[in-house]
Amino acid sequence: MVETSETTACTPACTEKNIRMFVQNLNVHFGDNHVLKEVSIDIICNSITALIGPSGCGKSTFIRCLDRMNDIIPSARVSGNIHLDNKNIYDPDYEPFDLRKKVGMVFQKPNPFPKSIFENLAFGLRIHGIRKKDEIDKKVVKALQAAALWDEVKDRLHASAFSLSGGQQQRLCIARTLAIEPEVILFDEPCSALDPISTSKIEELMITLKEKYTIVIVTHNLQQAVRISDYTGFLYLGKLIEYGETKQLFTNPKDKLTEKYITGRFG
Amino acid sequence: MLTETMCLTKNPESSMTDSSKRRKLVQMVGISVLIISLMITIFFLFVIVIWVTVRGAGVISWEFLTAMPRKAMTQGGIFPAILGTFYLSLGAVIFALPLGILSAIYLNEYAGNNIIVRIIKMGINNLAGVPSIVFGLFGLAIFVKFLGFGVSILSGALTLAIMILPVIISTTVEALKAIPDSFREAGYGVGATKWQIVKGIILPTALPGILTGTILGIGRAAGETAPILFTAATFFSKRLPKSIFDEVLALPYHIYALMTEGTHPDAQVPIAYGTALVLLMLVLGLDVVAIIIRTRTRKKKLW
Repeated sequence: MVETSETTACTPACTEKNIRMFVQNLNVHFGDNHVLKEVSIDIICNSITALIGPSGCGKSTFIRCLDRMNDIIPSARVSGNIHLDNKNIYDPDYEPFDLRKKVGMVFQKPNPFPKSIFENLAFGLRIHGIRKKDEIDKKVVKALQAAALWDEVKDRLHASAFSLSGGQQQRLCIARTLAIEPEVILFDEPCSALDPISTSKIEELMITLKEKYTIVIVTHNLQQAVRISDYTGFLYLGKLIEYGETKQLFTNPKDKLTEKYITGRFG
Repeated sequence: MLTETMCLTKNPESSMTDSSKRRKLVQMVGISVLIISLMITIFFLFVIVIWVTVRGAGVISWEFLTAMPRKAMTQGGIFPAILGTFYLSLGAVIFALPLGILSAIYLNEYAGNNIIVRIIKMGINNLAGVPSIVFGLFGLAIFVKFLGFGVSILSGALTLAIMILPVIISTTVEALKAIPDSFREAGYGVGATKWQIVKGIILPTALPGILTGTILGIGRAAGETAPILFTAATFFSKRLPKSIFDEVLALPYHIYALMTEGTHPDAQVPIAYGTALVLLMLVLGLDVVAIIIRTRTRKKKLW
């Protein structure tokens, strides 16, 4: 298991081991297809956890379990335990939309709503019951600043979100997630549709965000995992092959398969 | 061997084989058939519009549009018929639009894709092809007789509403289908419920498409005679309708009345063409509005 060296302040209080989410014996089937097999991971508070592995290994399926996004897919069957702040998120009483307020998601392709920049953020606030105009205004500005987008859009908040560049759109999607003040943010290959400059901006952003949030990222880019993550999990054919501190996993992998993958001999 | 000799010939003209000449000829004949078909279609469309315009433009005047018919429809205007068609179309939209949009939302967003849903969708599409006189008979039986609304604006508007419902439902379903799933995913991602996503994102985005379909539906309803024949229309009325339980004159039915009733065809036929021209302009006007909405949203559409 993972050791945490530093004690970080989490909101709300984390468990004594600094675990924000823990996943136990997670199995996912799509129809007859067994996509995830007995995956167990602890997601550590205020850190970046990266998931790597070849295409089709179940990374995206895994991350989509953490905010129950797979619920939308009719053929998906999920079993096992995923706890957030010591509550089982697959408990029948746990409403997915309450969960997704706490666990936000940024998708592979920037997918802003077909609305103005401002409305993209205000929508999320309104559906969670924030009605006062000045409160919405304040939170929108705060989220745009936190996503390092404010300076670029402050003069055109009411322009269409589609007038932004791809990288800006992705930061808008991050701001949209930040606006509703989640605890965990999931990134599903957030840079795969972006150019290198936009990518490095998003990476910097993620590193600043981990002070306040717990981040899980799926990435195809091993360099990216090395650059930004604290912990890395290697998935292969639906199994978690190895999980540990990023530095250790990339410099001194315990498993032969991990070593082969990170040295580029398959994948 | 044969191809080799072909390649060696110097004159490029003669290098064309019989087969390639034939293919070129077939191609030209094919294109000509397509063009001629199109020309014939356009010819008839233009002839209709020009014919109606030439025969009808003479009687059009401010008085024609705003006055009551006089002297057994041989003089005066067609104002009650314009007003009647307006009331009937408006009524049809008031009933059909909410019902149609809500049904379409359920079908596309909630119903899933089982056998019953497929049968319902097929039924709705087939309903759009039912002859309008059948809707007229249905309206007579249900609204006029059974519910006791009598021959009235209400009965006619309800009958027209049922007739355009399938059009509104299928265009709305198409408009909803055109919304990419990534918007729905993004909505779930910020913790929205399905209804919040539908209301806040899907519906506003699909609205221009829905409106376009609805306007085309109204255009169809406004020009129909059969559904209002037994349910709303009257040959002649000395006064304008005062309530939704009054019968009305309507443009398409007025044309029919002018051409079949009365004893002064020489005076009535030009008025009939004038009425036809007004109806044609009304329907074309609605189509233009639909086209404008469609092009404006296409320009804005960026996903």
